[in-house]
Amino acid sequence: MKYVLLICDDETASPTNEELEVDPVHRAWAADLERRGAKRGGLRLRPVVDATTVRVRDGETLVSDGPFAETKDFVGGVLILECEDLDEAIAIAAGHPYAQWGGVEIRPVWE
Amino acid sequence: MTRPDPVTEPADDRVRAAVDAAYREEWGQVVATLIGMTGDWDLAEDCAQDAFTAALATWPRDGVPRRPGAWLTTTARNRATDRLRRDAAGAAKLGQLAVLAREPEEPPVPEEIPDERLRLIFACCHPALSFPARVALTLRTLAGLTTAEIGRAFLAAEPAMAQRLVRAKRKIAEAGIPYRVPPAELLPQRLAAVLAVLYLIFNEGYDEGPEERRALTAEAIRLTRVLVRLMPDEPEPRGLLALMLLHEGRRATRTDDGVLVTLERQDRSRWDQGLITEGVATLDQALAMRRTGPYQLQAAIAACHATAPEAASTDWPQIATLYAELAKLAPSPVVDLNRAVAVAMAHGIPAGLALVDELDASGRLAGYHLLPATRADLLRRLGRDADAAAAYRTALELAPTDAERRYLEARLAEIARR
Repeated sequence: MKYVLLICDDETASPTNEELEVDPVHRAWAADLERRGAKRGGLRLRPVVDATTVRVRDGETLVSDGPFAETKDFVGGVLILECEDLDEAIAIAAGHPYAQWGGVEIRPVWE
Repeated sequence: MTRPDPVTEPADDRVRAAVDAAYREEWGQVVATLIGMTGDWDLAEDCAQDAFTAALATWPRDGVPRRPGAWLTTTARNRATDRLRRDAAGAAKLGQLAVLAREPEEPPVPEEIPDERLRLIFACCHPALSFPARVALTLRTLAGLTTAEIGRAFLAAEPAMAQRLVRAKRKIAEAGIPYRVPPAELLPQRLAAVLAVLYLIFNEGYDEGPEERRALTAEAIRLTRVLVRLMPDEPEPRGLLALMLLHEGRRATRTDDGVLVTLERQDRSRWDQGLITEGVATLDQALAMRRTGPYQLQAAIAACHATAPEAASTDWPQIATLYAELAKLAPSPVVDLNRAVAVAMAHGIPAGLALVDELDASGRLAGYHLLPATRADLLRRLGRDADAAAAYRTALELAPTDAERRYLEARLAEIARR
């Protein structure tokens, strides 16, 4: 099964890439991911102030400033995984540091 | 053709009874086996249904098989093979299922059909499914209730319940919810989720309600017995079974003419001693494993009540201790409230009342009718009638069922009279 993890939080912590690299929780998580060989791709996203959302309604393209949904938490990263099943995806999601203050949404890939 | 038996009861009735019994005993196992083979929940249910229909048609003619479960599983499996062969996508799937190629005509010996219900239980109760979906799936696939029956039990329209089941099965397939017994590191948490579903089913049936809703307690007990058999080394399923049996044993006396009757005033001679004895024995087996858990503690508390010959001889100090342990293991304001009552009974009303007031001040039980109801009861015992009446009135505004409102009204009237 392929899954996409949406790494979400409210951006109050917003550690830099360098800070994340030395964060022990993040390091343990990355090592576990490496060991599982589950990662198929992934990206970290710029904060939500830089986001643009595109919607097309009745043939008209609507471009708006901001994220897709105005909620407390925003998607801060995307990860593409190949896992045995949902339980493995949950295990990887739960190990991500953002899961501790934000949340990680798991979406099965529609293939 | 069926041949009526002129000597005994009509053969059709006996066969019907045998099929009904097999349905209750074997449905979950047949479905579980078929899901294990095909990975297709709908196909599994359809083929299980076909097998029972075939039993109704052929058992009157051929007699009831010696091992109905094996007969039903083989028939359902053959049916699945036929259906998969018929469509192209299925034929490809069939190629992967070596197990289906194995001489399907020959009835397997029971040892060859492993009990796959445990995998089914854990899949149905997976935390990625919503709680109502877990309950509905468990009752449909494991207990064999029809969609209409589940709908009536949960006061939901049949189409809504059908849709809930369809969505849940779709999520299992599309999100990759595994069909397996969780590995050791996940087991405690996942087992707790399974037990929570079973206990919820029990509690749904425990309150006053239509017959089909009340039958949920029996379904919950039956499913928990299966779980105990399948996980004999786990103490908590036994703890839950004990808890259910002890509650069920007192059920007949819980209400009188639609009015709630408190434990203290229940007619103990009408308690079901058979269920209580079995509950206590089951609890003892669980406790002997020496790994305590929230259900064992709750069952131990229920046992203290159920084995007291009269209300006055209840071992309240022991109950207070058990609630304190429970509060440590599974913290909840409701447990704290119950502990307050036990402390009041064991160590004096003022000590218990202080704990209730503390809870009240914390706001953790705001809107919960049993908080003012408990306060009212303790105030009444202290003779503070005016305060008690005020608390009863608050409780009345919040009480969710008629049985409870009638009880509270009766108590309020009692104070007014004295």
